[in-house]
Amino acid sequence: MARPTSAADAAGLGRTRAVAFVLPALTLIAVFLIFPALWTIYLGLTDYRLTGLAAADPQIVGLDNYTGALTDPRFLTSMWLTVLYVGGSAIIGQAGLGFTLAWILRSRTGPVRRVVEGVVLLSWILPSTVVGFLWFALLDRDDGTLNALLHTPGFAWLLDHPLLSIIVFNVWRGTAFSMMLYSAALENVPPSHLETARLAGANVPQQLRDVVLPRIRRHILTNLLLISLWTFNDFTPFVLTGGGPEGRSEILPVYVYRVALRDGQLGVGAAISFLILLINLLFALAYLRLLRGRRRDREAAATPGPPA
Amino acid sequence: MIRHTLGRLATTILIAVVLAFFTLPMLWLASAPFDDTPTITTSIPDFTLRNFSAILDNPYALGSIRNSLIQGGGAAALVVVLAALSAYALSRVRVPGRDALLYLLLLLSSVVTGTAAMVPIFELATRLDLIDTHLGVILVVSGGLLPAAIFILKDFMDETPTTYEESARVFGASPLQILRHIVIPLVRPGLATIAVWALASVWGGFLFQFILLRDPEKAPGSVILYTLYTEGGAPKLDLISTFSLLYSLPVVAMYLFVSQRYGFRFHGGIKR
Repeated sequence: MARPTSAADAAGLGRTRAVAFVLPALTLIAVFLIFPALWTIYLGLTDYRLTGLAAADPQIVGLDNYTGALTDPRFLTSMWLTVLYVGGSAIIGQAGLGFTLAWILRSRTGPVRRVVEGVVLLSWILPSTVVGFLWFALLDRDDGTLNALLHTPGFAWLLDHPLLSIIVFNVWRGTAFSMMLYSAALENVPPSHLETARLAGANVPQQLRDVVLPRIRRHILTNLLLISLWTFNDFTPFVLTGGGPEGRSEILPVYVYRVALRDGQLGVGAAISFLILLINLLFALAYLRLLRGRRRDREAAATPGPPA
Repeated sequence: MIRHTLGRLATTILIAVVLAFFTLPMLWLASAPFDDTPTITTSIPDFTLRNFSAILDNPYALGSIRNSLIQGGGAAALVVVLAALSAYALSRVRVPGRDALLYLLLLLSSVVTGTAAMVPIFELATRLDLIDTHLGVILVVSGGLLPAAIFILKDFMDETPTTYEESARVFGASPLQILRHIVIPLVRPGLATIAVWALASVWGGFLFQFILLRDPEKAPGSVILYTLYTEGGAPKLDLISTFSLLYSLPVVAMYLFVSQRYGFRFHGGIKR
């Protein structure tokens, strides 16, 4: 009982009990996070299906699912749509608008700032299906608010411009994170440096480039990596367009859902899931490298999880 | 001087446009639930509360809020308890490779997303007989939330001084007693943050709930909303808008609570 414990072990836990404390969480993580990730690899090599003969007795088909997916024009289209979606809504839209808002609000206090931050945050915290229907109501063909405002009755935004619709929708949905991150980052820029630059005759783009950018470069990278990762995995546009019409807004998450669970080709779906996992891994590894470098700089930052 | 005035003007216009962009979609949520004959267009409502009694009559609406509470509350409780236990052990006992393990888990939780794990999670739930159960949703989402929860809570635990624990130990308290009576009260803000974060994630979550629950009796509000269509396929706007409003209120209330109590900024905010 009175086992000698190290100085750091203040509560006298000891190795055995420490393991017992950690084990339940680790088990849950192992079963519902690590095992599925590994199983994806195996399932992706089989012709497993939701129903039918291949459901009872799946066969190993090797890399057929991968070669099949990579030559399927619909997969390639979906991949390209995802690149446009992430690039347009996260990298250009959310980061751009988020920074702009942080920049123009940085020196303001009072009601204007609180109201702007409030509505931007509200769009971030509302449940995703609710948000989907809000935009559905906004963009509807016959009775949508937007058509009423623009006097363009009958203009079918979701049918004629599905990708643009979900891009603008995701900018609306996710700008809050970038805005808050850049607000925090801009607090690291001493106002006196900006003032000096201004007195020396630098205009706003020059100030941004020479004074602000060098100080928030890491924050920008962090921001871009995280919002790209989240947007890349975002299933919410499904609520808005369901991937349609004719797959014109079928980003990868929706494509996987359709192939695996609606068409029942679990093997093919698993193969594409694994590709998504690998792309996620690239993003995450880049982010971790960044985080570790920052820890070394003695500048820890708290980053909460993805939006609810 | 003129340039300065123009600059101010441009900023003001930009702020107005941004405000319009962000509030426009929300107007419908504020008006349609109280409208006698809601259409999709936002309009000044003919004020009524009948939509709220209609939503009470819907067989799945109230039940779905209960389901959301069960699933969200269950996941929040599970995540807080398991994360607190392991964060404490990892904070106080030097396990070789501890930091590497934490980083690896955090990496995994951000990589193995719902999108990437959709197929194996569905298969796993089918084989473990977890389809159409609250437990299935709770376990699956908890597995994803735990690494980040442990990571954040360990930071909190590292900050608390160990002297109280040492004196409690001198008086013969067991490790579990020490955890319950000394450490937990000290890290309560951290636990509250994790609980709210977990609850909000499950409350608004759609993909896992959509895949794992086929039975509308078990579906949470976020999925039920997606089923409020007439037989003809037209959305039942009165019900959708009213239910949307009801379903959003708890999240907004929680957000206000957290931001009042702990602040909602990145530095010096959510963390401490």
